[in-house]
Amino acid sequence: MSATTTLDTKGMNCPLPILKAKKALKDLGAGEVLEVIATDPGSVKDFDSFCRTTGNELVDTNDNDGVYTFMIKKS
Amino acid sequence: MSGDGSNTKSMSIIVTKGTLDWAYPPFILGTTAAAMDVKVTMFFTFYGLQLLKKNLDHLQISTLGNPGMEMPLMGMHMTMPNLMSAIPGVDAACSAMMKNLIKKKGVASIPELREAAIESDIEFIGCQMTMDLFEWGKEDLIDGIEIGGAATYMENALKSDINLFI
Repeated sequence: MSATTTLDTKGMNCPLPILKAKKALKDLGAGEVLEVIATDPGSVKDFDSFCRTTGNELVDTNDNDGVYTFMIKKS
Repeated sequence: MSGDGSNTKSMSIIVTKGTLDWAYPPFILGTTAAAMDVKVTMFFTFYGLQLLKKNLDHLQISTLGNPGMEMPLMGMHMTMPNLMSAIPGVDAACSAMMKNLIKKKGVASIPELREAAIESDIEFIGCQMTMDLFEWGKEDLIDGIEIGGAATYMENALKSDINLFI
């Protein structure tokens, strides 16, 4: 799956990755995919909750040595 | 914001504290809730009204009676004895340390979070009684806020799914 947009939140702490992701999702159309890159370990659970609550689909989560990648499909 | 749609959840927060550390919980929860499509109202009263002032540079932490505050320092953690807190400049120095730490750890600043709150259409209500009490005018506070009292808050709270007092 390829992302429409990539958002780099490396170094940012809670709640900035979520706030920036929400902002970035606004610019996407339904079905398009936002890739978020983060280093905040709390973001793993947070993006899970964020997506479940907002109805956007967390298609994929990847942990590469403390650098997390979330693929979020806009609903 | 989807407004009055029946599926829209809502939250109100009463903000009563005017220190740098206590400014975080209401703004973090408010902005995150808004990002999760929750309609948020924040009511700023007493010292919390400080957080609506145009300039937020004056926000400080108080080290007095705060044994939970342990600042990381050279691999250790430093607490501040109450006796030290009484010395002029100690709170200011600790506040400067805290602001450095916040920046270093990638934590948002309070002005940044407040800006995010405004951008996400969070409704700010300033307490009229507090303004009268401390002699603050509308010109001391940021634009775009409403001024109201307890009844204004209650009307919001009765319609909200979550009500927090911070």
